[in-house]
Amino acid sequence: MYVYQEYDQQLLEERVAQYRDQTRRYLAGELSEDEFLALRLQNGLYIQRYAPMLRISVPYGLLASRQLRRLAHIVRTYDKGFCHVSTRQNIQLNWPAVEEVPDILAELADVQMHAIQTSGNCIRNITTDEYAGVNPREIEDPRPWCEIIRQWSTFNPEFAYLPRKFKIAVNAVADADPALIGVHDIGVQLVHGANGETGFQVWAGGGLGRTPMTGAVIGEFVPWQHLLAYLEAILRVYNKYGNRDNKYKARIKILVKALGADKYRELVEAEFAELKDGPMTLTAEEVDRVKACFTDPDYRTVDTAEVDAKLASDKAFSRWYHTNTRAHKQAGYRAVTLTLKKTGRVPGDITDEELEAVADLADQFSFGELRNSHQQNMVLSDVPADQLYALWQQLDALGFATPNLGLLTDIVCCPGGDLCALANAKSIPVAESIQRRFDDMDYVHDLGALDLNISGCMNACGHHHIGHIGILGVDKKGKEFYQVTLGGRGDKVSLVGEKMGPSFEADEITDVVEKIIHLYVEKRLENEPFIDTYERIGMAPFKERVYG
Amino acid sequence: MAKLILDGAIVDNQWQRLDADALANGLPDGKVIVPLDYWQSHRQALLERTDVGVCLEPGEEPRDLVDDLEALPLVAIHFPAFKDGRGYSYARELRTRFGFKGEVRAVGDVLRDQLFYMQRCGFNAFEVRADRNIEEALSGLKDFSVTYQGDVNDPRPLYRRA
Repeated sequence: MYVYQEYDQQLLEERVAQYRDQTRRYLAGELSEDEFLALRLQNGLYIQRYAPMLRISVPYGLLASRQLRRLAHIVRTYDKGFCHVSTRQNIQLNWPAVEEVPDILAELADVQMHAIQTSGNCIRNITTDEYAGVNPREIEDPRPWCEIIRQWSTFNPEFAYLPRKFKIAVNAVADADPALIGVHDIGVQLVHGANGETGFQVWAGGGLGRTPMTGAVIGEFVPWQHLLAYLEAILRVYNKYGNRDNKYKARIKILVKALGADKYRELVEAEFAELKDGPMTLTAEEVDRVKACFTDPDYRTVDTAEVDAKLASDKAFSRWYHTNTRAHKQAGYRAVTLTLKKTGRVPGDITDEELEAVADLADQFSFGELRNSHQQNMVLSDVPADQLYALWQQLDALGFATPNLGLLTDIVCCPGGDLCALANAKSIPVAESIQRRFDDMDYVHDLGALDLNISGCMNACGHHHIGHIGILGVDKKGKEFYQVTLGGRGDKVSLVGEKMGPSFEADEITDVVEKIIHLYVEKRLENEPFIDTYERIGMAPFKERVYG
Repeated sequence: MAKLILDGAIVDNQWQRLDADALANGLPDGKVIVPLDYWQSHRQALLERTDVGVCLEPGEEPRDLVDDLEALPLVAIHFPAFKDGRGYSYARELRTRFGFKGEVRAVGDVLRDQLFYMQRCGFNAFEVRADRNIEEALSGLKDFSVTYQGDVNDPRPLYRRA
């Protein structure tokens, strides 16, 4: 992972001092609520329903075991002993005290972590494929580019007070969208030009939230040297012309849609023409410096005979292997996902002791590194096949081996009304109710690939729009209701789902999901996944089944 | 006399900023900052003077002054609320696109915690909000010693400076 230089560390320490002073002035009454609001949000601190929430940045989801151990210490010391993996690959604390946040930041800075720009109207954490660097389908490792964008966006003086939040994702897989670039403010797609040179197709204007939509291609091929200049051009146009009167119309997607992609491109190209070939131009030397932080670990030759035998003889192990592990670019290795989705666990939640156990596993089995996924799971990316059985046994004991990755019960779910002040409805009990209804793992496996996402409000932290089945909590006259969308995608492509119809009460929603599933089972062709059946037969039969 | 931060020091504010109402009875002598539309409608006469600056509101861009920048000693950029970040891009454009060498002054809701960013975008003068301690605000210019990106003061990103 990225190796901090002295200046990176210095910057974090100066940030801790700055934020400590800001907190002091707020507590002393020298900063108004509104003034401190903007400052604390840029530091990921929300004041929530019962307590503040602190969102800790995990750049493109990547964590080292020593950082996991520090997180364990922090959640034990400053919180209630658990934290939450968010859908933007970050870590959230649910119960920190405002006055202790500077101390938490100091603890984080010790291990090269921070909460910079994890909220507020600025450029947020850069996200990517949780299998970045080991995915056999990627054309190039996207992580160095994520890091280069991270540095450019960190305390970028021009873009700290944008009209609204701004999310950038990077994808390096040609025929799928594991980073969800289609629904980001900017999506960066790594491509190779005619002569094999690296470049980027740059999307803008995607986003979930209140007005979900997929973005448009603004830059067809941006040579790698000009990536930052191009991003800066997009941001400058947005900073100048994005709506600042109405926060619900302030995202870049509204501007791109209002102007049209062609006009937006024209404005960007005019800015870009000025920046191109200027001092922002990336140098091969700098790119190589960053790339050198993401070289392959010390892979060895792996004898797979034993694991092959285990796969043939141990059904439970085989199911886990085929569900929760993924192909690796390196022969003999697998990427292993720890599903934080066992029934009874709040999706994405993990305790201090579990963090420490996972850190040990990362050290023992995967070169001391781990990734958070946007599906709120964790990934050990480099596990030799001959260690898989031993790892599986340990994961099973920890409750991280539930073989449901990418299946119905691997529910993506925001904290919702149980914790979040923005939420209109609870989401965690809905997830649990669905998991309990579908408690037959054979049946869940028979259903196959199925993304079910739940958000407690239209801010869409649970990414409900891109769930094959999406559930959105809404408030009607003080009562919780749930709206269902079908046909969203965050897999091969990013697509916004279609609303099914009137919303349902909390005690109806699990039955509704079951009806949708039953219809799918009746209508599917052999080996046809849910989303393909939906795209083939459309909304009408589902609607008829549910409302009829 | 009111104070402001100019080029890193606290000095007397020599300039008087007037809105349309205050200008209804004509332009006073001395250093004055006028709104863009006043400037535009009195341009010829004002170009005779060397002690008139222009204030841009959000939505009014430096390019609206492109023919006059050489003559202008000062451009003020108004922040009606500190969260309205358009002025950062305007300042940057003034400096890097139009090469403006005069004073770029932040006025309005100008607070200590934004000064570091403002300075990097090309502001060199700050009318800190009157109810705040300007000495304390001054230290905001030194919040960080490390910056990743290039900026108006040094266009080179960190790795080109090393």
